[in-house]
Amino acid sequence: MLILSRKVNERIMIGDTIEISVVEIRGDQVKLGIAAPRSVSVHRKEVFDSIQAENRAAVQLPTDLSDLSNLFGGIIPDTRDDDALHDDN
Amino acid sequence: MTELIETKAYGSVPVEKRQLITFPGGLYGFESYHEFALLDSHTPPFYWLQSLDDRDVAFIMINPYVAVSDYVLDIAEDDLKTIGSPPPEALLVFAIVTIPEDHRDISCNLQGPVIVHREKRLGRQSISLDQRWKIKHYLLQREGRDAQEGQSPC
Repeated sequence: MLILSRKVNERIMIGDTIEISVVEIRGDQVKLGIAAPRSVSVHRKEVFDSIQAENRAAVQLPTDLSDLSNLFGGIIPDTRDDDALHDDN
Repeated sequence: MTELIETKAYGSVPVEKRQLITFPGGLYGFESYHEFALLDSHTPPFYWLQSLDDRDVAFIMINPYVAVSDYVLDIAEDDLKTIGSPPPEALLVFAIVTIPEDHRDISCNLQGPVIVHREKRLGRQSISLDQRWKIKHYLLQREGRDAQEGQSPC
Protein backbone atom coordinates (compact mmCIF):
# COMPACT_ATOMS: atom_id res chain seq x y z
CA MET A 1 0.00 0.00 0.00
CA LEU A 2 1.25 3.45 -0.90
CA ILE A 3 1.23 5.78 2.08
CA LEU A 4 1.45 9.53 1.52
CA SER A 5 1.59 12.33 4.09
CA ARG A 6 -0.61 15.30 3.22
CA LYS A 7 -1.48 18.53 4.99
CA VAL A 8 -4.74 20.42 4.89
CA ASN A 9 -5.50 21.67 1.37
CA GLU A 10 -2.93 19.37 -0.19
CA ARG A 11 -4.13 16.98 -2.85
CA ILE A 12 -3.58 13.56 -4.36
CA MET A 13 -4.31 12.61 -7.94
CA ILE A 14 -5.40 9.08 -8.84
CA GLY A 15 -4.98 8.68 -12.55
CA ASP A 16 -5.71 11.84 -14.52
CA THR A 17 -9.22 12.45 -13.33
CA ILE A 18 -9.65 11.63 -9.65
CA GLU A 19 -8.56 14.28 -7.21
CA ILE A 20 -8.62 13.86 -3.46
CA SER A 21 -8.04 16.81 -1.18
CA VAL A 22 -7.66 17.03 2.56
CA VAL A 23 -10.32 19.57 3.52
CA GLU A 24 -10.10 19.53 7.28
CA ILE A 25 -8.38 17.65 10.08
CA ARG A 26 -10.00 17.71 13.48
CA GLY A 27 -8.87 15.32 16.20
CA ASP A 28 -9.05 11.80 14.82
CA GLN A 29 -11.31 12.79 11.96
CA VAL A 30 -10.24 13.84 8.52
CA LYS A 31 -12.58 15.39 5.98
CA LEU A 32 -11.73 14.51 2.40
CA GLY A 33 -12.95 16.12 -0.79
CA ILE A 34 -13.22 13.78 -3.75
CA ALA A 35 -13.57 15.08 -7.27
CA ALA A 36 -14.18 12.25 -9.69
CA PRO A 37 -15.98 11.88 -13.00
CA ARG A 38 -19.63 10.91 -12.70
CA SER A 39 -18.75 7.55 -14.24
CA VAL A 40 -16.75 6.53 -11.19
CA SER A 41 -18.59 5.35 -8.11
CA VAL A 42 -17.34 6.60 -4.77
CA HIS A 43 -18.68 5.00 -1.61
CA ARG A 44 -17.68 4.64 2.01
CA LYS A 45 -16.05 1.28 2.61
CA GLU A 46 -18.78 0.49 5.17
CA VAL A 47 -21.34 0.40 2.37
CA PHE A 48 -19.42 -2.40 0.63
CA ASP A 49 -19.05 -4.22 3.94
CA SER A 50 -22.72 -4.00 4.78
CA ILE A 51 -23.82 -5.14 1.32
CA GLN A 52 -21.43 -8.09 1.68
CA ALA A 53 -22.97 -8.90 5.06
CA GLU A 54 -26.49 -8.59 3.66
CA ASN A 55 -25.65 -10.94 0.77
CA ARG A 56 -24.30 -13.49 3.24
CA ALA A 57 -27.52 -13.21 5.23
CA ALA A 58 -29.59 -13.43 2.04
CA VAL A 59 -27.98 -16.70 0.99
CA GLN A 60 -29.22 -18.36 4.22
CA LEU A 61 -32.60 -18.89 2.69
CA PRO A 62 -35.37 -21.29 3.37
CA THR A 63 -35.88 -23.35 0.22
CA ASP A 64 -39.58 -23.67 0.87
CA LEU A 65 -41.13 -20.34 0.10
CA SER A 66 -44.70 -21.54 0.12
CA ASP A 67 -45.63 -19.51 3.18
CA LEU A 68 -44.47 -16.35 1.46
CA SER A 69 -47.43 -16.40 -0.89
CA ASN A 70 -49.66 -16.50 2.19
CA LEU A 71 -47.79 -13.60 3.75
CA PHE A 72 -48.24 -11.46 0.71
CA GLY A 73 -51.77 -12.60 0.15
CA GLY A 74 -51.82 -11.27 -3.37
CA ILE A 75 -50.69 -7.79 -2.31
CA ILE A 76 -47.68 -7.98 -4.54
CA PRO A 77 -48.71 -8.94 -8.05
CA ASP A 78 -46.70 -11.33 -10.17
CA THR A 79 -45.15 -8.97 -12.67
CA ARG A 80 -42.63 -11.43 -13.91
CA ASP A 81 -44.24 -11.83 -17.27
CA ASP A 82 -43.25 -8.25 -17.97
CA ASP A 83 -39.57 -8.73 -17.92
CA ALA A 84 -36.81 -11.09 -17.13
CA LEU A 85 -37.41 -14.53 -18.46
CA HIS A 86 -40.04 -14.06 -21.02
CA ASP A 87 -39.43 -12.63 -24.41
CA ASP A 88 -42.54 -10.88 -25.46
CA ASN A 89 -41.30 -10.10 -28.92
CA MET B 1 -31.44 -25.87 -26.21
CA THR B 2 -31.72 -26.62 -22.52
CA GLU B 3 -29.28 -27.96 -19.98
CA LEU B 4 -29.81 -29.32 -16.52
CA ILE B 5 -28.48 -27.41 -13.53
CA GLU B 6 -28.51 -28.22 -9.83
CA THR B 7 -30.56 -25.79 -7.77
CA LYS B 8 -30.90 -25.22 -4.07
CA ALA B 9 -34.66 -24.88 -4.23
CA TYR B 10 -35.84 -27.37 -6.83
CA GLY B 11 -33.05 -29.91 -7.37
CA SER B 12 -32.23 -30.59 -11.01
CA VAL B 13 -33.87 -28.06 -13.30
CA PRO B 14 -33.64 -27.49 -17.07
CA VAL B 15 -32.58 -23.99 -18.10
CA GLU B 16 -32.16 -22.29 -21.43
CA LYS B 17 -29.01 -20.54 -22.50
CA ARG B 18 -30.65 -17.11 -22.20
CA GLN B 19 -31.15 -17.73 -18.47
CA LEU B 20 -27.42 -18.17 -17.86
CA ILE B 21 -25.79 -14.96 -16.65
CA THR B 22 -22.10 -14.29 -16.08
CA PHE B 23 -21.12 -11.99 -13.22
CA PRO B 24 -17.47 -11.12 -14.01
CA GLY B 25 -16.99 -9.63 -10.53
CA GLY B 26 -19.33 -11.97 -8.67
CA LEU B 27 -21.53 -10.47 -5.97
CA TYR B 28 -20.29 -8.68 -2.86
CA GLY B 29 -19.06 -11.33 -0.47
CA PHE B 30 -19.29 -13.90 -3.28
CA GLU B 31 -16.64 -12.53 -5.59
CA SER B 32 -15.43 -15.95 -6.75
CA TYR B 33 -18.85 -17.06 -8.06
CA HIS B 34 -19.24 -15.95 -11.65
CA GLU B 35 -21.79 -18.20 -13.35
CA PHE B 36 -25.45 -18.01 -12.39
CA ALA B 37 -28.83 -18.96 -13.72
CA LEU B 38 -31.87 -16.73 -13.44
CA LEU B 39 -35.01 -18.70 -12.66
CA ASP B 40 -38.63 -18.00 -11.95
CA SER B 41 -39.43 -19.14 -8.43
CA HIS B 42 -42.54 -21.20 -7.87
CA THR B 43 -43.68 -18.37 -5.63
CA PRO B 44 -44.39 -15.15 -7.51
CA PRO B 45 -43.14 -12.46 -7.65
CA PHE B 46 -39.74 -13.85 -6.76
CA TYR B 47 -36.85 -15.02 -8.89
CA TRP B 48 -33.91 -17.21 -7.99
CA LEU B 49 -30.33 -16.31 -8.86
CA GLN B 50 -28.72 -19.72 -8.65
CA SER B 51 -24.94 -20.24 -8.72
CA LEU B 52 -23.82 -22.90 -11.17
CA ASP B 53 -20.65 -23.52 -9.13
CA ASP B 54 -22.31 -24.27 -5.81
CA ARG B 55 -25.95 -25.26 -5.48
CA ASP B 56 -26.07 -23.85 -1.95
CA VAL B 57 -25.27 -20.37 -3.23
CA ALA B 58 -28.63 -19.06 -4.37
CA PHE B 59 -30.38 -15.76 -3.88
CA ILE B 60 -34.01 -14.81 -4.07
CA MET B 61 -34.61 -11.61 -5.97
CA ILE B 62 -37.52 -9.34 -6.65
CA ASN B 63 -38.17 -6.59 -9.14
CA PRO B 64 -37.45 -3.44 -7.07
CA TYR B 65 -40.30 -1.61 -8.78
CA VAL B 66 -42.66 -4.14 -7.20
CA ALA B 67 -41.25 -3.27 -3.77
CA VAL B 68 -41.20 0.50 -4.35
CA SER B 69 -43.19 1.84 -7.24
CA ASP B 70 -41.05 4.99 -7.48
CA TYR B 71 -37.71 3.21 -7.30
CA VAL B 72 -35.10 4.94 -9.44
CA LEU B 73 -31.96 3.16 -10.51
CA ASP B 74 -29.20 5.68 -9.83
CA ILE B 75 -25.80 4.06 -10.30
CA ALA B 76 -22.40 4.98 -11.72
CA GLU B 77 -21.99 4.75 -15.47
CA ASP B 78 -19.04 2.41 -14.96
CA ASP B 79 -21.40 -0.15 -13.42
CA LEU B 80 -23.42 -0.18 -16.63
CA LYS B 81 -20.25 -0.30 -18.73
CA THR B 82 -19.09 -3.48 -17.00
CA ILE B 83 -22.22 -5.25 -18.26
CA GLY B 84 -21.88 -3.81 -21.76
CA SER B 85 -23.93 -0.58 -21.45
CA PRO B 86 -27.34 -2.12 -22.10
CA PRO B 87 -30.06 -0.06 -23.81
CA PRO B 88 -33.04 0.40 -21.46
CA GLU B 89 -34.99 -2.49 -23.00
CA ALA B 90 -32.11 -4.91 -22.35
CA LEU B 91 -31.50 -3.83 -18.76
CA LEU B 92 -32.98 -5.94 -15.98
CA VAL B 93 -32.89 -4.72 -12.38
CA PHE B 94 -33.37 -6.86 -9.29
CA ALA B 95 -33.15 -6.45 -5.54
CA ILE B 96 -31.80 -9.37 -3.49
CA VAL B 97 -34.26 -10.56 -0.86
CA THR B 98 -33.32 -11.50 2.70
CA ILE B 99 -35.68 -13.78 4.60
CA PRO B 100 -34.83 -14.02 8.30
CA GLU B 101 -36.18 -16.66 10.66
CA ASP B 102 -39.33 -14.65 11.15
CA HIS B 103 -40.47 -14.50 7.55
CA ARG B 104 -42.58 -11.45 8.25
CA ASP B 105 -39.32 -9.47 8.43
CA ILE B 106 -38.59 -10.21 4.78
CA SER B 107 -36.65 -7.36 3.21
CA CYS B 108 -34.98 -6.52 -0.05
CA ASN B 109 -31.73 -4.72 -0.74
CA LEU B 110 -32.43 -1.56 -2.71
CA GLN B 111 -28.97 -0.12 -2.07
CA GLY B 112 -27.14 -2.93 -3.85
CA PRO B 113 -29.27 -3.62 -6.94
CA VAL B 114 -28.36 -6.45 -9.29
CA ILE B 115 -28.25 -5.32 -12.90
CA VAL B 116 -28.29 -7.66 -15.89
CA HIS B 117 -27.78 -7.12 -19.61
CA ARG B 118 -30.26 -9.69 -20.84
CA GLU B 119 -28.83 -9.90 -24.36
CA LYS B 120 -25.16 -10.11 -23.42
CA ARG B 121 -26.10 -12.15 -20.34
CA LEU B 122 -23.76 -10.15 -18.12
CA GLY B 123 -24.56 -9.16 -14.57
CA ARG B 124 -23.21 -7.07 -11.75
CA GLN B 125 -24.19 -5.95 -8.29
CA SER B 126 -23.98 -2.18 -8.20
CA ILE B 127 -24.38 0.34 -5.42
CA SER B 128 -27.06 2.99 -5.50
CA LEU B 129 -25.81 6.57 -5.48
CA ASP B 130 -29.20 7.64 -4.17
CA GLN B 131 -29.05 7.24 -0.41
CA ARG B 132 -32.82 7.00 -0.11
CA TRP B 133 -32.55 3.30 -1.00
CA LYS B 134 -31.62 1.14 1.93
CA ILE B 135 -30.00 -2.24 2.33
CA LYS B 136 -33.00 -3.45 4.32
CA HIS B 137 -36.22 -2.34 2.76
CA TYR B 138 -38.97 -4.26 4.54
CA LEU B 139 -41.57 -5.70 2.19
CA LEU B 140 -44.30 -6.11 4.77
CA GLN B 141 -45.77 -3.65 7.17
CA ARG B 142 -45.62 -4.62 10.82
CA GLU B 143 -46.78 -2.93 13.94
CA GLY B 144 -44.47 -0.06 14.75
CA ARG B 145 -42.92 -0.11 11.34
CA ASP B 146 -43.88 1.29 8.01
CA ALA B 147 -42.73 -0.99 5.21
CA GLN B 148 -41.91 2.04 3.11
CA GLU B 149 -39.49 3.42 5.67
CA GLY B 150 -36.97 0.72 5.02
CA GLN B 151 -35.57 1.32 8.46
CA SER B 152 -34.69 -1.01 11.24
CA PRO B 153 -37.72 -1.57 13.45
CA CYS B 154 -35.82 -1.08 16.69
